[in-house]
Amino acid sequence: MRADLEIIQQWVKPGHHVLDLGCGDGTLLDFLKRERNASGFGLEINPDHITTCMNRGVSVIEQNLDTQGLDNFEDNSFDIVLMTQALQAVRRPDKVLDEMLRLGDEGIVTFPNFAHWRLRWGLALSGRMPESEALPYKWYNTPNIRLCTFKDFEALCRQKGIRIKSRRVVDGQHQNNWLARLWPNLLGEIAIYRITREKQQ
Amino acid sequence: MSDPIPVDSVGVVTPQTYHFETPIVLACEQALERYDLVVETYGELNADRSNAVLICHALSGNHHAAGYHSVDDRKPGWWDTCIGPGKPVDTNRFFVVSLNNLGGCHGSTGPNSTNPATGKPYGPDFPVITVGDWVKSQALLADRLGIDCWAAVVGGSLGGMQALQWSLDYPDRLKHAVAIASSPRLTAQNIAFNEVARQAITSDREFHDGRYYDFNTLPRRGLMLARMVGHITYLSDASMGEKFGRELRDQAYKFGYDAEFQVESYLRYQGERFSEVFDANTYLLMTRALDYFDPSYEFDGDLSKAMAKASCEFLVLSFSTDWRFTPARSEEMVNAMIAARRKVSYAEIDAPWGHDAFLIPTPRYTDIFTAYMDRVAREVGA
Repeated sequence: MRADLEIIQQWVKPGHHVLDLGCGDGTLLDFLKRERNASGFGLEINPDHITTCMNRGVSVIEQNLDTQGLDNFEDNSFDIVLMTQALQAVRRPDKVLDEMLRLGDEGIVTFPNFAHWRLRWGLALSGRMPESEALPYKWYNTPNIRLCTFKDFEALCRQKGIRIKSRRVVDGQHQNNWLARLWPNLLGEIAIYRITREKQQ
Repeated sequence: MSDPIPVDSVGVVTPQTYHFETPIVLACEQALERYDLVVETYGELNADRSNAVLICHALSGNHHAAGYHSVDDRKPGWWDTCIGPGKPVDTNRFFVVSLNNLGGCHGSTGPNSTNPATGKPYGPDFPVITVGDWVKSQALLADRLGIDCWAAVVGGSLGGMQALQWSLDYPDRLKHAVAIASSPRLTAQNIAFNEVARQAITSDREFHDGRYYDFNTLPRRGLMLARMVGHITYLSDASMGEKFGRELRDQAYKFGYDAEFQVESYLRYQGERFSEVFDANTYLLMTRALDYFDPSYEFDGDLSKAMAKASCEFLVLSFSTDWRFTPARSEEMVNAMIAARRKVSYAEIDAPWGHDAFLIPTPRYTDIFTAYMDRVAREVGA
């Protein structure tokens, strides 16, 4: 089983109502439905992914976060809002984070770390935009327009009053790695964050 | 038909008439003492009667959704592109039921049927029928066919409204509702177009207050105009542009008012043909059923409260250039389902043909429809 699915599953309670932003082919929602009896929806824009979701019985809505936003969803209408490997591809990640925590009590966010040593090394050595397994595109055609590091993300959360409840760092194959736990911003490739609003005083 | 029947066709089909002798009470509080429904079926009902799919037709549709009535037919049924062996509604797996709705003019009891009380056609005495009434009569047909629960109720446009109504009125009697190019209620603009169509019909001198049958005539002119206006709303500016552009029938302007542009002659031809085969009173009835449809009406306009009654899963599809029932209308439906926590999937399909796109098999439309119905079939063991 993919380590990220296993980790995310632990944070979803049985019967939770879940929204998955950029749900891809519905693997995660399908998994949560079977393992956690979770209900909910996925949002997606890729036509092939949408078709796959429909065929496997995952409720999917064609909706573009950048152009359509999330206005059609009511406040606190979900237990958890997920966003795996999509935060770096939206125009305003900061606003999407606000929206996630408007719609749900908790958010789970995963994204690739732009400060991973291989990317740093590649840039330092070749002087060209880094490419990796997690970031396989050229600079001019990449959908990943808002790349950041773990430190960047955590700084944004602090600034926005978002509390990080947990953070897990894994490698490109979503495997746990003790080195990545030790020096996450240097050795971790993908982080899985569990976030919530700071309690109002 | 000069060519042989295609292999992915259901082939030659024969409609059947079902007589109902128990009165049906309608939304208008009138009752029809007895009535007929004309039905076509395609495919086989399986042993546990779980693979039945109901097809609901739109304004000018009827029971003949797929296949041919004879080998000499030039055209197949109105949704032959989507119903047949290996097609999205796969007749190798599903038992498909398609009927002419009450109030129709293709064999089911309607304004042109004989009123048993007078021995003459009902005409304007035929009660106004609502989408809810249709669904009620379809449920009685399901009883007759031994179908407790549809695998899916499927329709485009006004047919999608029936699918939606099914989910609210008989939540336990369907597993899936598929609403394509549909709307949860008409807009003022939609109603305005319907009113123009009705005015065209009722102001025709041959209409005779709806009793034209008694005068051995038809309000051809009015029905033709109604159809012309309607037809424009089914197409997009771009698709009309591509089909006709500013093309003239002859080389030069004639400085008169006859049909000089191709689009004029096309609309006239379509309208004239329609006025010969469709009943004007049925056209009035269908447009009124459209106007009245609004499941949110009894919930102070809150569609999500209405949706709370549903328990089936939904597939909602819209088309990018449909300006009769825009993607925004489908999204209104979807958002109400989301708020009510119903299971719903939605896609907006890029297609240039306006409202008519639901009848035209574009690759993405076919892919999605096939993928969804394949899952429905697996679920019911078909």
